[in-house]
Amino acid sequence: MNSENNNGMSLIIKTVTRLTVGFIFIYGIYIVLHGHVSPGGGFAGGVIIALSFVNLMLAYGKEELYKRVPKTVLSLFESIGAIMFLSIALLGFTGGYFFYDWFVYKGEPFSIFSAGTMPLSNIAIAIKVASGLFAIFLVLILLRVTSGEEE
Amino acid sequence: MSVYFLNFVLFSIGLYCVLRKRNLIKIIIGLIICEYAVNLFLILVGYKMNGRSPIYAPQQEIVNMVDPLPQVLVLTSIVISLATTALVIAVAIRIYEKYHTFDITKIRRLKG
Amino acid sequence: MLELHLILIFVIIGAIIAVEIKDLLSSVVAVSAAGLGLCIIFLMLKAPDVAITQLVVEIFLLVILIRATIRRDLPFSVSGRWFFNTLITVVFIGMFLTVAFICLKQLPEFGSPLMRVSSFYLKEGFDKTQATNLISSILLGFRAYDTLGEATILFTSVIAVLVVIRKKGRKEVMEKEDKDEF
Repeated sequence: MNSENNNGMSLIIKTVTRLTVGFIFIYGIYIVLHGHVSPGGGFAGGVIIALSFVNLMLAYGKEELYKRVPKTVLSLFESIGAIMFLSIALLGFTGGYFFYDWFVYKGEPFSIFSAGTMPLSNIAIAIKVASGLFAIFLVLILLRVTSGEEE
Repeated sequence: MSVYFLNFVLFSIGLYCVLRKRNLIKIIIGLIICEYAVNLFLILVGYKMNGRSPIYAPQQEIVNMVDPLPQVLVLTSIVISLATTALVIAVAIRIYEKYHTFDITKIRRLKG
Repeated sequence: MLELHLILIFVIIGAIIAVEIKDLLSSVVAVSAAGLGLCIIFLMLKAPDVAITQLVVEIFLLVILIRATIRRDLPFSVSGRWFFNTLITVVFIGMFLTVAFICLKQLPEFGSPLMRVSSFYLKEGFDKTQATNLISSILLGFRAYDTLGEATILFTSVIAVLVVIRKKGRKEVMEKEDKDEF
């Protein structure tokens, strides 16, 4: 938050973060994709994906991440998530009503490709939650605390 | 029934914190405690004695499941409470930038 | 259910410490400990989805709250109408507890819920949606309107946070931080 912290934490934290942040991200994707066969789902997986980015940002400083993930990308992803979920719902009108399960292939139970539109809805919710929460975190962090020391 | 009583005690602590404290962050913490109590109450209502969680398993038949409907409502409620809490924290940080304090009585005095 | 009572008492103690301690950072840590205890209670009440979500959300909330409270332990006033405020608070909590205990008699006994709506979900859920996680089948199948409204609330909240913490649009802020991009 102050000026000497802009370049991130120490070398140990950077190394450990570089080694583990990929596993956290993959775990979030696992939680999302298996949301309809095991505990988990779009909300929890989305928050885990957002937390992996938060971990990167806390370790490497805000300039490093802000160069790679600008704010327009985040709002783009959030809009993509919302539009995807809404279009899944609207495509149900081909079968007669809102949120109709329009997948023909139902699939085997206990496999990933089953349960119709539910994995797609989970992915849409996860994209939306991850980008929205990370946008909140980014905005709250990047607000400079200037006026506290001035007067 | 004693579980419900402890739950009401938890809610009362949150209510006391919201009504009595003067620090903005303490008020936010009171709101969070109230949300905990309400979520826990909804889950407690849906619990069935010696029940199983409502997830099917491959090679066994599971009977006596707990009530899945309150869990769904609580799952929605937790994310909504996170969003509203983030909004309240943003407002608190903005108030701190403007008035340089978290004390709500001083904020009221400065408003004129 | 003795262990349920014990962990609930732990949550209550954490809440009391969070309310009564002076330091703001310690208060945030105490309320986070209470939330993690609540996560264990959810797991014992056979709600693993809620437990996972509570755990993850709790950590995100901890990060945000620490951001809000860091280096801000300022003195705040304790003067004022102390007795009057406490009296009003106690009366209000007493009214709440009275109404709650009257309503408590109408509830079913702990451990035997009325499952009038959910019996339909338990019976028909797997055949209609082919999802083995019944919570997911209710959340995205039977009651997807709720999820749509929840996504709308999250979207609105993100936009509101972006609007509240803005740098441009106010005159003195623009003059002060003209070169600051964000």
